[in-house]
Amino acid sequence: MNAELVSELKVSHRRTWRVRAISVIGPLTAVAAVAWALVQPYRITLLHPHGQSFWWLFVEPPLLVLVVGVLFHVLVVPGLVEDLEQADAAAG
Amino acid sequence: MQPPAEHVHWLFATGFLILGLCLLGEAIVGPDVWRTRAWRAYLWPGIAFTLGVLMFPVMTFFTNSTIHMLAHGAWAQALMFAGAAELGLVRGKLTSPWWRLAMAFAFLVSGTAFLVHEQNAWFFQRSSFLHHLMGWTLVIGAAVPLARCVRPRSTAFGGAFAATFLLIAVMLYCDRDLAPIFGHLSPLAGVQHR
Repeated sequence: MNAELVSELKVSHRRTWRVRAISVIGPLTAVAAVAWALVQPYRITLLHPHGQSFWWLFVEPPLLVLVVGVLFHVLVVPGLVEDLEQADAAAG
Repeated sequence: MQPPAEHVHWLFATGFLILGLCLLGEAIVGPDVWRTRAWRAYLWPGIAFTLGVLMFPVMTFFTNSTIHMLAHGAWAQALMFAGAAELGLVRGKLTSPWWRLAMAFAFLVSGTAFLVHEQNAWFFQRSSFLHHLMGWTLVIGAAVPLARCVRPRSTAFGGAFAATFLLIAVMLYCDRDLAPIFGHLSPLAGVQHR
């Protein structure tokens, strides 16, 4: 096989691996948050808000994890994938 | 309006989770791609610095004992120093890669702060166990930022660095003010209220 083609294939494979890895971080975090909420529903005090103080209603750990996962996926990942593809195209 | 201590731990866990995800992202794509956009380059050092600043209110309002206040204060300064050093490196004001030792120093100070301000034994209650665990994780984990000084572009060390923050986040989320650990709860700890 042509050495240049092999090199291109390697770059393409590496890009795919990195793009996939970066793209699953947010969803995996969100899945972990949902699983946690299902296993320990009492950690979400919004489900039983009566008589709870401000902090118990404001700080909901599984929901915080969910929000972090979603925000990372929406705000960080798209630009990162774009930059990664541009960098690989420039290098390739 | 002062939050219970466990809520403060959970809020800091969220900060460490954000930090861990950003570092994981940087480890995967590499520092050059991560720093293509200025806002992203400043993101995790800025968060580390902010977490240090936020430790000062913790120091001020959670004065259970002098050792608590000193530990939180030392921790705040070490985190701010490490965050500032990383910000300086990203900005280009600092050029020597050895400034990354600031993070290893912050790990050591943070770990020591955890161990020193936890006066009870491992199985006294859950928060005691977690403070010991986080303390030793950070003290031993200080080897990771140290290795990162030597090989700053290593994906493995970058991943290990991110994993340390993610581990700390998980431990902080597990924290409760008064709860058993593996079935152990000292009668001296009080009665579990939730």
